[in-house]
Amino acid sequence: MFFYMQILDIAGLQNEDGSFSGDIWGKVDTRFSYIVICCLSILKCLDKINVKKAVDYIVSCKNLDGGFGCTPGAESHAGQIFCCVGALAITGNLHHVDKDLLGWWLCERQDYESGGLNGRSEKLPDVCYSLWVLSSLIMIDRVHWIEKAKLVKFILDCQDMDNGGISDRPNYAVDIFHTYFGVAGLSLLEYPGVKTIDPAYALPVHVTNRILFTK
Amino acid sequence: MDFDETVPLSQRSEWADVVPLTQDDGPNPVVPIAYKEEFRETMDYFRAIYFSDERSPRALRLTEETLRLNSGNYTVWHFRRLVLEALNHDLFEELEFIERIAEDNSKNYQLWHHRRWVAEKLGPDVAGRELEFTRRVLSLDAKHYHAWSHRQWTLRALGGWEDELDYCHELLEADVFNNSAWNQRYYVITRSPLLGGLEAMRESEVSYTIKAILANPANESSWRYLKALYKDDKESWISDSSVSSVCLNVLSRTDCFHGFALSTLLDLLCDGLRPTNEHKDSVRALANEEPDTNLAILVCTILGRVDPIRANYWAWRKSKITVAAM
Repeated sequence: MFFYMQILDIAGLQNEDGSFSGDIWGKVDTRFSYIVICCLSILKCLDKINVKKAVDYIVSCKNLDGGFGCTPGAESHAGQIFCCVGALAITGNLHHVDKDLLGWWLCERQDYESGGLNGRSEKLPDVCYSLWVLSSLIMIDRVHWIEKAKLVKFILDCQDMDNGGISDRPNYAVDIFHTYFGVAGLSLLEYPGVKTIDPAYALPVHVTNRILFTK
Repeated sequence: MDFDETVPLSQRSEWADVVPLTQDDGPNPVVPIAYKEEFRETMDYFRAIYFSDERSPRALRLTEETLRLNSGNYTVWHFRRLVLEALNHDLFEELEFIERIAEDNSKNYQLWHHRRWVAEKLGPDVAGRELEFTRRVLSLDAKHYHAWSHRQWTLRALGGWEDELDYCHELLEADVFNNSAWNQRYYVITRSPLLGGLEAMRESEVSYTIKAILANPANESSWRYLKALYKDDKESWISDSSVSSVCLNVLSRTDCFHGFALSTLLDLLCDGLRPTNEHKDSVRALANEEPDTNLAILVCTILGRVDPIRANYWAWRKSKITVAAM
């Protein structure tokens, strides 16, 4: 895999303002900032990009509610927040996050009735936000602001007890993505029997340890 | 379209000269997908023209067939762009093509990226059309993230700011809880070249927002918008009496959720607002507990009760209150 890195021109996808395009055609989105930073850190060649500019661009996507969108001025969205906070975490730049303000925005995602998390104000709870919101809260050290037991119950209620798997909300059809998000969420909630995952990489800790701490 | 989609490509004379290229999954494919025959065959023909780099009218038609089977395949969209350019194809027709694909599923990153590429080539003349297209998508889902992203891009790159604030109002009339519309409103007042900027717009926007809050006090978006209007200007935020007044107004009501009014009042107190007797009486009226002399602490106690799922957060807020914030 490291051989192919020489062919891959990641640095060429970074724009003047520090943002990243998804491909040569130029669509910019903070998701790509996260993907590049995550991948290059795993491959141990973050020096291929201008990290400072990448961070500056992510910070320019910070909104007054403490959250982040896909581009400057775009609505704060838990998925984009995960990407931005994850990228800042991996590059050691979490000091740019207003953790108290964002922490409150994130814990406001929890619905009193179901215990589930949504991704934006007044949207429905969805199991996938168990990863995006929860990871973000853990990265900024504010996960104790949500009601964990209620969220565990919500995730477990999204299981298909006959055929297995987890869906986006109770009694909906299951799919592999939401099964993954649900299990990842349970891991982040320290559910017994589930291995620990790294919130920034969404990978098991024993995997990230092996990758990041061996030469 | 003048092809018969039901006839397999291998049986169409038009494609007789092309040797389909099968997918190379390698010797030990991990989780190989059980493709349907039609899908597999179409992709085999697409691979053939992609690798031979054939940028012809039939190639364009084939990309359409392929996208109808999987509109998420960004390689196909990418190749379609190359073909469109090579053929100097009518891009207005392409806008219509995108709209047809969007009818099936508009929550598709590749589709919106393609739309932007086409619109950028057509330039400011299509600003109105892009605003109209996103308006149609938003009429089906008023919080459609891709549509809002495209709409913001359109305004920035092509223009059309004139009616945007009115459009936000229209959406908020339909659903005052639409956080996307509130976000767009903020986008307009801070970035529109036709308006005077945040400070110039503050008074009218505060008035607008307070009206919305009073109609629906349980609306997270309107309270956050109110605070955002005072971005970086703490002095105005605590000294503008209409802000604390709306808190008092809501707290005096018995028919609504008090959480956001209380948290806004808490923020004001922590930012230096000196509470009046009216503030104190208003809060104490809601307290079951023995009223603490520290008003901010009492507000946190009440919040722990009215917003119990975030009890840990309100307990933390309470712990942060210094004696100075009374």
